[in-house]
Amino acid sequence: MTAATVTPAAARPDGQADGNGLAQRYVRRFTATERVLHSLLMLTFVGCALTGLPLVFADRPWAATLARILGGFEGAGLIHRICAAVMIVVFVTHVVVMFSKALAGGRLMRLLWGPDSMVPQPQDAIDIYHNFLWFIGRGPRPQFDRWTYWEKFDYWAVFWGMMIIGGSGLLLWFPVFFARILPGWVFNIAALVHGEEALLAVGFIFTFHFFNGHLRPDKFPMDTVIFTGRVSERELKHERAVEYARMVKEGRFDAALAPPPTQESLVFGWIVGGAALLLGIIAIVLIVYSFF
Amino acid sequence: MRPAQTIRAILLAGLAAAFAAQAATTPAPAPSVTDTCLMCHADKDAKGAAGNSIAVDGAKFAASVHGEMKLKCTDCHADVAVDKLPHPEKLKPVNCATCHAKEVKEYTGTVHGQARKGGNSIAATCTDCHGKHDILRSKDAAARTNHANIEATCSTCHGNDTVVAKGKLPGGNIGGKFHDSIHGKALIGAAKGSAPTCTNCHGAHSIQPKADENSRTNRARIPDTCGACHTSEREAYVKGMHGKLRQDGVLAAPGCTDCHSAHGIQQHDTPLFQTEVIKECGTCHADYLATYRDTFHGQVTALGYSRMATCASCHGAHEVLPASNPASKVSKQNRLKTCQQCHANASANFASFDPHANRHDKARDPLFYWAAKFMELLLFGVFAFFGIHTVFWLYREVREKLASGKERH
Repeated sequence: MTAATVTPAAARPDGQADGNGLAQRYVRRFTATERVLHSLLMLTFVGCALTGLPLVFADRPWAATLARILGGFEGAGLIHRICAAVMIVVFVTHVVVMFSKALAGGRLMRLLWGPDSMVPQPQDAIDIYHNFLWFIGRGPRPQFDRWTYWEKFDYWAVFWGMMIIGGSGLLLWFPVFFARILPGWVFNIAALVHGEEALLAVGFIFTFHFFNGHLRPDKFPMDTVIFTGRVSERELKHERAVEYARMVKEGRFDAALAPPPTQESLVFGWIVGGAALLLGIIAIVLIVYSFF
Repeated sequence: MRPAQTIRAILLAGLAAAFAAQAATTPAPAPSVTDTCLMCHADKDAKGAAGNSIAVDGAKFAASVHGEMKLKCTDCHADVAVDKLPHPEKLKPVNCATCHAKEVKEYTGTVHGQARKGGNSIAATCTDCHGKHDILRSKDAAARTNHANIEATCSTCHGNDTVVAKGKLPGGNIGGKFHDSIHGKALIGAAKGSAPTCTNCHGAHSIQPKADENSRTNRARIPDTCGACHTSEREAYVKGMHGKLRQDGVLAAPGCTDCHSAHGIQQHDTPLFQTEVIKECGTCHADYLATYRDTFHGQVTALGYSRMATCASCHGAHEVLPASNPASKVSKQNRLKTCQQCHANASANFASFDPHANRHDKARDPLFYWAAKFMELLLFGVFAFFGIHTVFWLYREVREKLASGKERH
């Protein structure tokens, strides 16, 4: 999509697409920092997953092949550690940026509670209930605010995973150092939870996160919002009517309007994001195949 | 008249003429028996009634050990009367025992002799290993039974897939395995003179079925057979748990070939041997193999990389002893030193890591057990919830898509 096709955005203040893709307006959903961090998280996650899975499924023939492709035990181990280190930096950067921005803007309370917060709200429980009613045809499609409950689950899963996998991974990376303080059984448990939690993370991201975010019929084959940072007004109204209404009511809507997604961000999303999707699906096929 | 008989008649006529001519000129001495036989048998194309070659290379015979001893053809082919030629088509089999009684007696007790007695018509006899008219002393470099040629000689049967299949030879194509083994490679290398070949383990006229207690390849005797060369390994083995069990009469305890194999023995420090031998330990120590495979060590070696600790890295190989024995590499006293072989700065804490923690054994590893249970529950919970969530969601969205599609058209 080029800029020329979307210029008359102001001509359609209601934001409805006219059916020809014209006059579509876009709202900013993710900052540049958030998009970069997600891309790095995505790449390092795929890197850790592909280099780690051969160990979890070491007794399967495909595992040795995959390990060999990734540079053998030494090469794969190096990739795994580089990805892990970058991922930790991504995580720390996110937490620091998030808190410092909130503190600087005096929005700490909004970060910790309310519709703009990632912290689970009572409304999330109600949303789960209503979503299931909709699933089984007993109610209308629920209207969501800025963050849905499944997005919050994804988000906190990363926090939990960073603690469990990152923490245990560091112990296993530097066992001699940490064993100066910690007893041996801690390393037994670290090795266990590192593999199990990684299997959970890989199994979750490459199936449910992919489905929720990209592969379900409404989004298929991919939602590029995390790469472009922009969501169309129409999609926002369809998916997050509560947030949309709140933005309009609080007079923040016009300020949130943004230029349409750039060509570069779309290309990056389709190619790099698409590659991650593909690799993830291959990993799931291998995992599922291993259990039969 | 058949062609062979025709040839024979012509040759005999020629022979008679030659005699007559010679007798007429000088009263020369009668030709030797061997020369007489060669009058017919020297012909490279000479064939018997059944089309089989009856040619004899006179020069080769002369160079053979029997030729050197000036033996006459009739010393072996005793039923040929030189004054009544041509001899009958069918002759009795040569009886080597006429001279080599001791060796032939030994042979009848070997696997080959027993198989022959049992009706196996392709089992090796004297001539299969020694040759016929071209027999050389074993110390002769060209002899089939020379140390350097034994492998090839045995492999004519034991390395030939057709013969192996036809004779149902035990062990299959062991010639091929042996050729690629460390011993087979040594036989074509610098140490070829001292490297063992087939007969060093099996004997020659004493090859016996391994079920026979006197056989050098009998399970109970293998440590001694291998130990004849590998003395220090044998010494360590005898002191180790496996060797001790053997001394207590537990024949199931592993001997050399259980880990190293018999004919296909590979160099011990190759990645393939290092990672494959782990499975051998697991044939008896299945639980320990399973818990080892749950660790990083076990996972990396399962992928075929040998830089990680294998069973022998911690337990030792020939000298393996139970942890309860203070001399064991994994005893309380020695464990840290063992870890430090790879983890140079390992501490006592480090050495308290359990390389065989069992996630299914609540009594042995309660903490580990409950950690595993927690992870299992967490995985099950998350996958169950989102599994159901996804299936329902997919169903609903597909239905809505289909419905809105219908409205549009």
